[in-house]
Amino acid sequence: MNSFTLTKATTVEAAVNDNAAHYGSAYLGGGTNLIDLMKGNIERPTHLIGLNKLPLHQIENLPDGGLRLGALATNADTAYHPEVQARYPLLSQGILAGASAQLRNMATDAGNLLQRTRCYYFYDTATPCNKREPGSGCSAIAGFNRIHAILGQSESCIATHPSDMAVPLAALEAVVQVSGPDGTRSIKFADFHRLPGDTPELDNNLQRGELITSIDLPKKGFEKHYTYLKLRDRTSYAFALVSVAAALELDGDTIVEGRLALGGVAHKPWRDQDAEALLKGQPATVDTFRRVAAKVVQGAKGYSSNTFKIELAKRAIVRALKQATEMNYPTDTNAFLNSNP
Amino acid sequence: MSSPTIQVFQGPQDHTLPVVVPVRPVTLHINGQDRTLDIAPWTTLLDALREYLDLTGTKKGCDRGQCGACTVLVDGKRINSCLSLAMMCEGSSIQTIEGLGTEEHLHPLQQAFMDHDAFQCGYCTPGQICSAQGLINEGHAKTEDEVRELMSGNLCRCGAYTNILTAVMEVMNANASKA
Repeated sequence: MNSFTLTKATTVEAAVNDNAAHYGSAYLGGGTNLIDLMKGNIERPTHLIGLNKLPLHQIENLPDGGLRLGALATNADTAYHPEVQARYPLLSQGILAGASAQLRNMATDAGNLLQRTRCYYFYDTATPCNKREPGSGCSAIAGFNRIHAILGQSESCIATHPSDMAVPLAALEAVVQVSGPDGTRSIKFADFHRLPGDTPELDNNLQRGELITSIDLPKKGFEKHYTYLKLRDRTSYAFALVSVAAALELDGDTIVEGRLALGGVAHKPWRDQDAEALLKGQPATVDTFRRVAAKVVQGAKGYSSNTFKIELAKRAIVRALKQATEMNYPTDTNAFLNSNP
Repeated sequence: MSSPTIQVFQGPQDHTLPVVVPVRPVTLHINGQDRTLDIAPWTTLLDALREYLDLTGTKKGCDRGQCGACTVLVDGKRINSCLSLAMMCEGSSIQTIEGLGTEEHLHPLQQAFMDHDAFQCGYCTPGQICSAQGLINEGHAKTEDEVRELMSGNLCRCGAYTNILTAVMEVMNANASKA
């Protein structure tokens, strides 16, 4: 870790001003990813602004019937919050599928969105990586790429976004509220994270110095028919190879509205609204789900070690939509949190 | 332990002049006592405990938040002390394995780990026990599968998981029957 100074902000305005006053500064939330990256010499801020005194820990109802998750609410407090469990169980399930109990107790909701890829080469400072050192090349494209992207990738970068929480947030159409040097603004979830293109060093569309203040959930929570299905190399405490957040509104056996977002397959939570459109008005059957799955992976590309993800994603989509329809999860002893493939 | 009050460190990455980083006194509330120590901003809670306060019960395994050996309780919640900056823990109540029990009065989890042979080398044990206490405080686990899932942040290189599970279940069930 390089040397740095540390201050603790008590207001959002003070935090934003402190950031603007120190080139090379970074906001410190739970620290679970930032401190780890600093230990690896991947992030090298010279000034940290501690945020845990800011009044952004609350989870509260919004006048429009939605729910506001304070930026500093921990992942654990969010997943176990009664309003989240009752109205947005898909989000609760997604959060609890990620990390460990200790990390969820520390990690903040805003920080979860800002965590960086776990691409091996991004972490290995001895290898080229366009995300870490723009222009140095991508080691993953012709290297070990089991955990890498099959959708939306570029010649510059095939990293994936590692978050579980962000996948249900994409499906639920959350809105990210930010505060920065130029005031406040709202960012639709679909516009928050970026595809790599030729600027893979940018994970998201935050401007320099902008601070997330809350993540707002719209009223509609799809609490009757939902599933977060996570497939990974071990049953717990591992990143997704492929994950699917599926949410359905049904009228009898007919789908009124369906939402679908995938994790582990792209540089951002992957939502395909053309595929979702194939659910609307259709019977909630495996045939329908297979058509949707085929649409999602249309144009998917593997890089040898990760080519299996294309078929895995198709099957995961069908299974997640079926589970969401039936709300009938596996009950074998290894299926806690619905994580066993 | 005494430390110099000012230390000069190498400049930041943009090759500006070296910066002077004040080592400042920080008071941490640990195992019921206020402890004041002079540390730099980058001192983790884990290093503060082990290197400055001689509380070496908390173990450094991976130092990257992957193994759980450094688990301590902060305001009753289990966290990875290797990923926490000590300065950010001012004002919080920190509990380590040294604060859970003593040699004369073992904590029920310590006794259960001994009764059920829930370790071989013992390196992960303080973290396992602090994590188990956090699990009990949180109250979300009822079944063996739920304990397995919610203890997955603590790795055991010796593979004593089955006995760790038995020990944790025993204390959890004893607490439940008392309640």
